[in-house]
Amino acid sequence: MSAKPHALERLPYRLIALRARAGWALLITLALVVASFWSLDLQWSAFWSHDSMVAMARFAGEFFPPDVSPAFVQKVAQATAETFAMSAVGTLLAALFGLLLALPAARTHAGALWRVPTRLLLNALRAVPELVWASLMLIAAGLGPMAGTLALTLHTTGVLGRLFAEAIENAPPGPAFALRAQGARPAQILLYATLPQVAPQLLSYTLYRWENNIRAASILGVVGAGGLGQLLSYHLGLFQMGRTATVLLATLALVLAVDTTSYFTRRAMTR
Amino acid sequence: MGTDPGTLAASVRSPDERDPAWPGRVTWLLASLVVLWPLLVLTEFRPWAMLDARSLHATARFLAGFAPPALDADFLRTVAQQTWRTVAIATAGVSLALLLAAPLALISTAALSISSLSGRMATLPFVVRQAARGLMVALRTVPELVWALVFVRVVGLGPTSGVLAIGLTYGGMLGKVFAEIMESSDAHPTRTLLTNGGGRLQAFFYGLLPQAAPELTSYTIYRWECAIRSSVVLGFVGAGGLGQQMASSLSMLAGNEVATMLLVFIGLVSLADGASAWLRGLLR
Repeated sequence: MSAKPHALERLPYRLIALRARAGWALLITLALVVASFWSLDLQWSAFWSHDSMVAMARFAGEFFPPDVSPAFVQKVAQATAETFAMSAVGTLLAALFGLLLALPAARTHAGALWRVPTRLLLNALRAVPELVWASLMLIAAGLGPMAGTLALTLHTTGVLGRLFAEAIENAPPGPAFALRAQGARPAQILLYATLPQVAPQLLSYTLYRWENNIRAASILGVVGAGGLGQLLSYHLGLFQMGRTATVLLATLALVLAVDTTSYFTRRAMTR
Repeated sequence: MGTDPGTLAASVRSPDERDPAWPGRVTWLLASLVVLWPLLVLTEFRPWAMLDARSLHATARFLAGFAPPALDADFLRTVAQQTWRTVAIATAGVSLALLLAAPLALISTAALSISSLSGRMATLPFVVRQAARGLMVALRTVPELVWALVFVRVVGLGPTSGVLAIGLTYGGMLGKVFAEIMESSDAHPTRTLLTNGGGRLQAFFYGLLPQAAPELTSYTIYRWECAIRSSVVLGFVGAGGLGQQMASSLSMLAGNEVATMLLVFIGLVSLADGASAWLRGLLR
């Protein structure tokens, strides 16, 4: 699609180019999808076979009845509380570190010397998912919820740091300018002009990530980082399906509770 | 800092220069500390435990292994293969999710309701729509990692469980958002087609789809980007791809291999990020 001589009128040229581009995009997408299905050795025949259907039905049947003995339910409740605490502490620490990193990452507060490495750090933190961080943190922090909390902190710091930096950059410059004209120091400008302006936005980003992190925390334990996931992988590994079912139900209840709460909060706030 | 006259003066400010909101600020700070304490206990948050000699030693040895990253040809070939598998699992999963989401979105969207053209939606269509919505809620509420754990038990290790897990969870997410996008687009053309006797599918193809197509595509691409991230994670429970390779390198504490894969992984995610942003930019 090299540039056409300008004798061609502008409108038809753009239309053709647009269609050509859409065509190419479609072709590439199709090729990617076909190549994906072709290169993966997917065992559809095995999956849809009679044997595996029977196995799946039996597997699903073993989930019933869930184990509801008081001792185990108490254990699950403890794990649910742990999951909740992991997400809360992780998000809070991430908001703190995110804010600290957002200042050098924001164009309004720092030169390129600080901005570029900070942005790189934020991107790297963000690119590695929580579960990968958790499995790395196990080595430093050992098995248990602290590894999970730290993993949530690391990933969320990357996400929030970038969002915070953008929020700070987009804050209206008027109040900061007024303070600067009065001779205020940079720290005072930050505390009394920039932060109060962006605080609601930062808070809503943090709450949104918290919502995500409760979901994430419920599965981090699969690699041994505490919470509901740890119980899940433990009992599933031992084929104690009744107990697995209880843990699954608790996970679903937690996720649903978070989703409903955030749905109604949002609706109340937009109304 | 002690010599800075500004800081010195801050402690002996006259009353009218003091922060007028300080009682509130201090109260909130103390209150949040009280709330935070049990949470810290629950998460066994003891950062100093990481600083004792034994765990510092383990961390240092592991981190020392990171440099130089493993770069031998054999390992790089494996990583390239696994990277493609990760992308392929995500792509196949999202294709499957689309197959699931499109009909569910068409069934559940209120924009294509004929009975609601004349007042309220009739009972049967309402029940069917709610059932489709319930199914999508169930699909997306179960985290994809849990689906994968379950499918690994049924179909064994390998990409099949990863593709199925992404397909089911993302099917639920895409279906819900597709239905919402269609409901939020301009209802007038669709209603006109429906009131003049057009079928639901006709109304969809000629009324809804032309308006909603860019947004639908854009959201699908965004989800594909997310699916690449999930597909790495799913590897940790045995669904193939980079994650599985990473889990095995981690269990052998092979820091140099982990370092290579982390770099590849950061590269892959930023590539998907960039590709998705570029494609969505084209649609705008």
